[in-house]
Amino acid sequence: MAEILTTADGRPLKAALQAAQARAKRRAFWLVAPLLLFVLLTFVAPIGQMLVRSAHNDGFSAHMPRLTAWFAANPGAADDAAWEALALDLQDSAVAKTSGIVGTRVNYELSGTRSLFTSTARKAKDFAPPYREALLKADKDWDDPALWGVMRQVSQAYSGNFFLAAADLARDADGTIVQVPEDRRVYVNLFVKTFVLAGVITLTCLILAYPVAHLLATLPMRWSNLLMILVLLPFWTSLLVRTTSWMVLLQQQGVINNMMVAAGIIGEDGRIAMMYNQTGTIIAMTHILLPFMILPLYSVMKTIPPSYARAARSLGATSWTTFRRIYLPQTLPGIGAGSLLVFILAVGYYITPALVGGASGQLISNLIAFHMQDSLNWSLAAALAAILLALVLVLYWLYDRLIGIDNLKLG
Amino acid sequence: MGNPDLAAAQKAEAFVVFDRVQKSYDGETLVVKDLNLSLPKGEFLTMLGPSGSGKTTCLMMLAGFETATHGEILLDGRPINNIPPHKRGIGMVFQNYALFPHMTVAENLSFPLEVRGLGRAAREEKITRALDMVKMGAFANRRPAQLSGGQQQRIALARALVFQPELVLMDEPLGALDKQLREHMQFEITRLAHDLGITTVYVTHDQTEALTMSDRVAVFNDGVIQQLAPPAELYEKPQNSFVAQFIGENNTLEGVVAEMGDGTCVVRLDDGGLIDAVPVNVTRVGERTRVSIRPERVEMNAARLQPGAHTLKAVVREFIYMGDIFRTRLSVAGNDEFIIKTRNAPDALRLEPGAEIDIGWLPQDCRALDA
Repeated sequence: MAEILTTADGRPLKAALQAAQARAKRRAFWLVAPLLLFVLLTFVAPIGQMLVRSAHNDGFSAHMPRLTAWFAANPGAADDAAWEALALDLQDSAVAKTSGIVGTRVNYELSGTRSLFTSTARKAKDFAPPYREALLKADKDWDDPALWGVMRQVSQAYSGNFFLAAADLARDADGTIVQVPEDRRVYVNLFVKTFVLAGVITLTCLILAYPVAHLLATLPMRWSNLLMILVLLPFWTSLLVRTTSWMVLLQQQGVINNMMVAAGIIGEDGRIAMMYNQTGTIIAMTHILLPFMILPLYSVMKTIPPSYARAARSLGATSWTTFRRIYLPQTLPGIGAGSLLVFILAVGYYITPALVGGASGQLISNLIAFHMQDSLNWSLAAALAAILLALVLVLYWLYDRLIGIDNLKLG
Repeated sequence: MGNPDLAAAQKAEAFVVFDRVQKSYDGETLVVKDLNLSLPKGEFLTMLGPSGSGKTTCLMMLAGFETATHGEILLDGRPINNIPPHKRGIGMVFQNYALFPHMTVAENLSFPLEVRGLGRAAREEKITRALDMVKMGAFANRRPAQLSGGQQQRIALARALVFQPELVLMDEPLGALDKQLREHMQFEITRLAHDLGITTVYVTHDQTEALTMSDRVAVFNDGVIQQLAPPAELYEKPQNSFVAQFIGENNTLEGVVAEMGDGTCVVRLDDGGLIDAVPVNVTRVGERTRVSIRPERVEMNAARLQPGAHTLKAVVREFIYMGDIFRTRLSVAGNDEFIIKTRNAPDALRLEPGAEIDIGWLPQDCRALDA
């Protein structure tokens, strides 16, 4: 039986220790409080809101309360009460000018229906019973069972439909999950392409960065400082400037093509398309992300004393064996950190693919931006972003399982 | 070596030979100047010197990590200048041990055997034998980071020996250990080297280490071997002032040769006092010299000196009790740092500061060296 330790005046030791440390802890908390508040307000809250938005859209349910209530109460096909609820809700939405919002929400699921809501709402003030006939007179599309199926789905503010859409799936009129028609499947392919491209970029970065990092770590100080400046110089240049200078170099009438034509390597009509396609995205992004690979590698290589390689050589290993069995394994933490960093940055990259990617070099982030800015389907954009976030977290978890996150060395 | 026959015999069976080796890193200064050195098989040779004296460069040239700018290095009669390090078959122990951190102890030892293409059974047998040899058999599956400095040192030693090289190089291997462990490892390394009959080249800047471990010691300074001799000769018969100063504690007095005899000379110190000495680097009367006397060879009891021996007046400045010995600091002939060491024997004198005494020594203990 362990007896409770006490201080000289009889207080329990643990309580005394806590009291003694409380002041210091409070002070430490106030020091970090501004940053905590900043992060909560500008990072955690918006991301949380985005995640909520991806599964919650009350565009229909908030503005069509009667019909929403009817859907909740009646599982079957539309009856007179349903038509009446629809007509009265449309009348209200015409007054409140919310029919566009409602129509947009339905339009996400069944395209071409937004105008149905707005045009019917304009005529809604004259509606009188029997409402079914009145509505059909306004537009006979109201009789479409698919429309009613969709309206039943969107009457639920919380729905997984946006995630389904982000995975190229949809619910049909019965509510079963089906793939969307082949010509409209874009997101899954784009996710795959984004991850493959990010993988290729990570690999080329690694291949290019490894020797540079090694040089940085082993050259005499005078030369390694110069080299480090060359590595960091692009870092201090605007991303936009770097991307546009790649455009100058890579385009069909650009520097590289002109030089190759002038040198007679290719003919005037054989100019190579290095931009507005995947090649352009890979070249420009590899260059832009290269420092993120070099720096972690360098910081790991810097700590490996040359005596390891010497020891291996003196023990009889050729230089290749020394590299493979002694040097490479010791740089794994740097390879892991650099690859993870470059991959995660590449997966979410936006500006460079938007500028040099053309049609085939677009990544998922470009589509998220499209839904944010052009189609204004924020819920779908949020769902795509949430899936991206989840996939990256899965990768991170995998990395932790395979290599171990404590092996990561960023600098 | 004093005996030319012995030297010739050693040259004939020399295992490692440095033949007029020079080394420069920048093309402006020589780090190693005209190095000639030969080691017979089985010898334990220590390269001793201050940092920057060229001793480590010599070791690195022998290991193959540096190339000689001029001259030839022979291993077992073969010139090795153009043989890459991994084909030299030389075991090496590094200052920081250089144990591969991502491998276990057994994997570290297995590495030189794997690159030599040994089968699993042969490897395991040799690993077990090497680990038992350094009494580390129980640690085969540990990582280097889980071992103490002394244990890492033993593993580094075992790894350098596991592939049974005939020549082992050690670059200040005990520098990072505490004093007690260092003394223990000194003993263990010499024992292993002699038991296995391997030739060892050991680099250190610690003169105690050099004296206690080696068959011969090469004292380096300024890229040149100042003296190459067995430890006792090095300590008792230093060939020049640098060696006398560098090895052990040493008292120096400066003066001019006054008389030259057969194997002895008389030196007139700068304050006029006369002393007997052995001429080492002085040949004629009137030459300036620096005489060297070991602190433990100074005699305070005039009765024990040879009749007619010269003595000097000394004033006691400080008396330090060190347990087994007494250290007495004196002013002698203008030198305030003249040290005498006496054994703590029952009849030993304990001198008070301020006391005036006569000191002297046997002529053969006092060496007249270069000024």
